[in-house]
Amino acid sequence: MSAAAQPAAAGALLSIKGLRTAYGKIIALKGIDLEVREGEIVALIGANGAGKSTLMMTIFGNPRAQSGRIVFDGEDITQIATHDIARRRIAQSPEGRRIFPRMSVLENLKMGTVAAPRSSDRDLERVLNLFPRLRERLTQRGGTLSGGEQQMLAIGRALMAHPRLLMLDEPSLGLAPLVARQIFEAIRELNRTDGVTVLLVEQNAFHALKLAHRGYVMVNGLITMTGSGHELLERPEIRAAYLEGGRH
Amino acid sequence: MEYFLQQFINGIALGSIYGLIALGYTMVYGIIGMINFAHGDIFMIGGFIALIAFLCLVALGVTAVPLALFLVLIIAMLITALYGWVVERVAYRPLRHSFRLAPMLSAIGMAFVLGNFVQIAQGARVKPLPPLIPGGLILIDNGGFVVQVSNVQIIVVLTTLALMVIFSLIVARTRLGRDMRACEQDRTMAALLGVDTDRVISTTFVIGAALAAVAGFMYLIYYGVIDFYIGFVAGIKAFTAAVLGGIGSLPGAMLGGLAIGLIETMWSAYFSVQYRDVAAFSILIVVLIFMPTGLLGRPEIEKV
Repeated sequence: MSAAAQPAAAGALLSIKGLRTAYGKIIALKGIDLEVREGEIVALIGANGAGKSTLMMTIFGNPRAQSGRIVFDGEDITQIATHDIARRRIAQSPEGRRIFPRMSVLENLKMGTVAAPRSSDRDLERVLNLFPRLRERLTQRGGTLSGGEQQMLAIGRALMAHPRLLMLDEPSLGLAPLVARQIFEAIRELNRTDGVTVLLVEQNAFHALKLAHRGYVMVNGLITMTGSGHELLERPEIRAAYLEGGRH
Repeated sequence: MEYFLQQFINGIALGSIYGLIALGYTMVYGIIGMINFAHGDIFMIGGFIALIAFLCLVALGVTAVPLALFLVLIIAMLITALYGWVVERVAYRPLRHSFRLAPMLSAIGMAFVLGNFVQIAQGARVKPLPPLIPGGLILIDNGGFVVQVSNVQIIVVLTTLALMVIFSLIVARTRLGRDMRACEQDRTMAALLGVDTDRVISTTFVIGAALAAVAGFMYLIYYGVIDFYIGFVAGIKAFTAAVLGGIGSLPGAMLGGLAIGLIETMWSAYFSVQYRDVAAFSILIVVLIFMPTGLLGRPEIEKV
């Protein structure tokens, strides 16, 4: 299968070229080309261990790319410090959610504003309206929330920075199907009404591809397929590999 | 009873000093998971800077004792904070991504460097400071035994209390404190959110060193003598206090400091001075057997 990333169009918000990353001797990314345009939802699907989360973290410089380039809004961010990347208003809800367990829900959300000092009460309101469950639990410690609530908190925290690019790593992982659907609905809503650009990693390929404008399929550290969400959903090999029994 | 009360007062004063040093151990441990073995020597350097600053002020003709003490305290905090910053910068930061034991070995090396530096620069002999703050409050005088709180003890305890309050407010209420807690709970995530973790770690060392300087200053005015070796002994005690209270816990450090101070004075008063360290460490062992995370430490249970 050919690695078929499209040529970098003008207006690409995030553009990744020939990205390679290794953990010690294990090469996790073997030359990734990927692009996210302004206003898009892009889904990255693939099996466990394909390197999806590594790609998300490499965009943030942790681990550092061995070679290749990551360009955000025309600026090469491949070598800049993780916190400076965040201050370009790229926000991530990472693998495992990484809620601060001994901070209140409100403090967790406020941590999201570090990269956006001008973040206001309006941003807080927006997040709390999106996830009303969080409003009920504002003073509760992050570590005491249920999995679904933690997921909402992780996404909400990322939204507090008013990001230009929102990166979500497995937002539906471990959630009841109904809750997962709520989360996907919230992502669609954010994209539609606020124009937030989204890069989404998912194992739940069916939902992710239905939601996304475009998708990439990752296998063993390489992008093996790309196309619009609908195109990918129709491909028999995708149906066989990722959708069997995954439709819930 | 009077005797007990007097020892109790002495123990609290000594424990306050240990507690302030212990805060530095526990903060650094909380944030980068490392025991900063050079912290005791930072405390000792704080004491020396206080002494030198005092002698300089006297030479300059500043003779009003309250003013002099205040200036000495500020100078000691500033310069010692600089030491703390430099130590982190040269000895620990370059090893941040090295194997886990590397910064700890570097810390032990740093402790020797600082200790020997002071020994060579200031000499190994005990340095005295004439008593500056005489007098005290007599609480009980029943003719035979007098229970009194010296003014120095009052200053030591009040300063410690004030610092604890300020410090707790910083950690709980300010942006810096929140960033520190974020780094303590998940450093990678803090960076993903835009926190400059290196700067937060530097600040932690600076605050820890400033608190150690206050402890060094108080040690100096409390005992009136100081030498290059106090860093080792007090450092070990304060480290013990931090572990006893639950390493990583800020109130635990203070509680542990008070506990070690009290155990030490009580044991000295009722049993034998020679075995006071044995007593302190034995209690530590007993507590850790039954409460492995210390008095206020939290078990590592987190909901996934």
